[in-house]
Amino acid sequence: MAHATTPAAGPDAPAIAVHPQAGRIRAGILLALLALSLVAPMVVYPIFLMKLLCFALFAAAFNLLLGYTGLLSFGHAAFFGGSAYFTAHAAKVWGLTPEFAILTGVAGASLLGLVIGLIALRRQGIYFTMITLALAQMFYFFCLQARFTHGEDGIQSVPRGYLFGLIDLSHTATMYYFVLAVFLIGMIVIWRFVNSPFGMILKSIRENENRAISLGYSVTQYKLGAFVMSAALAGLAGGVKALVFQFATLTDVSWQMSGEVVLMTLLGGIGTLLGPAFGAGLVVTLQNYLATSNFPVTIITGMVFMVCVLVFRRGLAGEFYASRLGRRLGFNPEN
Amino acid sequence: MMIFGIPIQAFMGQLLIGLINGSFYALLSLGLAVIFGLLRVINFAHGAQYMLGAFAALLLAMYGGVSYWIALVLAPVFVGLAAAVVERTMLSRLYKLDHLYGMLFTFGLALVIEGTFRYFFGASGKPYPAPSALTGATNLGFMVLPNYRAWVIVASLTVCLATWALIERTRLGAYLRAATENPTLVQAFGINVPLLLTLTYALGAGLAAFAGVLAAPVYQVSPLMGSNIIIVVFAVVVVGGMGSIMGAIVTGYLLGIAEGLTKVFYPEASNIVIFVIMAIVLILRPAGLFGKDV
Repeated sequence: MAHATTPAAGPDAPAIAVHPQAGRIRAGILLALLALSLVAPMVVYPIFLMKLLCFALFAAAFNLLLGYTGLLSFGHAAFFGGSAYFTAHAAKVWGLTPEFAILTGVAGASLLGLVIGLIALRRQGIYFTMITLALAQMFYFFCLQARFTHGEDGIQSVPRGYLFGLIDLSHTATMYYFVLAVFLIGMIVIWRFVNSPFGMILKSIRENENRAISLGYSVTQYKLGAFVMSAALAGLAGGVKALVFQFATLTDVSWQMSGEVVLMTLLGGIGTLLGPAFGAGLVVTLQNYLATSNFPVTIITGMVFMVCVLVFRRGLAGEFYASRLGRRLGFNPEN
Repeated sequence: MMIFGIPIQAFMGQLLIGLINGSFYALLSLGLAVIFGLLRVINFAHGAQYMLGAFAALLLAMYGGVSYWIALVLAPVFVGLAAAVVERTMLSRLYKLDHLYGMLFTFGLALVIEGTFRYFFGASGKPYPAPSALTGATNLGFMVLPNYRAWVIVASLTVCLATWALIERTRLGAYLRAATENPTLVQAFGINVPLLLTLTYALGAGLAAFAGVLAAPVYQVSPLMGSNIIIVVFAVVVVGGMGSIMGAIVTGYLLGIAEGLTKVFYPEASNIVIFVIMAIVLILRPAGLFGKDV
């Protein structure tokens, strides 16, 4: 998938000197975003913001696989929605505290990721994508029939509980800062992962798999590692979402959800750290806006998909990084 | 009479349903394999084109009074033409990129088509009557075979074999296969490869639409009928491997029958049996039953 990550500044782009204070400006932008996220719930409906953060983390986790390893999974809903089910079950039936409920979800998603990854990685390229889609659909049918998921009804009225047994999460404001904290931890983990030696090897596999093999790396194991990592983080997002909305349903394990996360990542910018989060924000806002009209969301989603693939393959972040301003500020996909 | 402890009527009935489903799997995976062979695009819109075929037949009957037999020819032509336009104007721009972009584009296309039909016709299914010549049933002694279902099997087999013959036994097919191996060289010999690509995409979409018309009297005509079947067809294609046309056909029928038999012995698993078979084949034989590439 070498084309997926069109370099932000191609070789034909004229050289632009990076601003001497670029590092500080970038840090300033990040701090401003952080400050914005702290005060946002006073202006915007907090439940909407929490949904946005969950999907932003989901898209960033998905991008770990597509953007940094070059693997397109069309089955990530299984990890997102599966973890939502596990978390909801752990919190409601087993009565675990939220942190352990979410950990249960993450562990389940990782295990699911290990199994699906082991099977899907037997093939490459387009076949890998079709296999992940088929296996996720199999998991969907499992959730439809399994007893603990309650079929079409889903798991409802899940208690948010007391974080560490102390902090009551039923207050919306408290819940918001908890979700924000989880999101930030997730993003830091992704950032560390991408910039670790492991992440470097993944990028080398993306760019030239044969060379990575000839250098002696067991490519399949690295891909599997990335797949499980991505599944676990998608599970983290799904588990938190189950607690935010206090239910887990079939929607989150359906193939439409797998398609949505691909769109969020594509729209935001494949292979950029913050792009998918912005893509998720845009898609969720759009859906929220269209939910009140009777115009079907799928038509818009499909059109955005087609336009993105035809003329907007770098995505929002990719275009910004490639722009004069973006390069002047020294943005690159890894920071 | 009993077979494996199951009444033979029930056994044969499910076997027949399996064979019918297999007919559609074979037609659809054949179309996917033909398109992938030359264009290197996984046509995610294949399910939507199948649905379009069924809707074309329904709308032609509703507003034009067009009979089933004429719709069986007209619907594939309409859908094929629409597909040719999409290929010329949009899809052809993506061939130079990674294959994944073709898949993502056709996924978006499928969403648009499906969403549009849902908007205008609602999600519920609409009945489409079988042609009067094929209503009724024949008593075979051990079971009663509805005539229309027998026709589906015959029609699907005929079209599958005809497509196989077109690709493996004719001059046009030879061009197609040559263009799959080395498009630049084929173009240098004076063959219009871009036109060949457009025709191939139209042919694949037309096959899907043909399957859609065949399916209209068996299942209900609904905007969602395509997305329900396409993921199963992907699994069929993974099992068969897209390297061989005959492989796609045989795998389609085999998996349809396997699904039908599962309904007899363990109904709870009938939704997932094809995916399970896919997983087992991948573990034992990663290249698929008939495939060469991994």
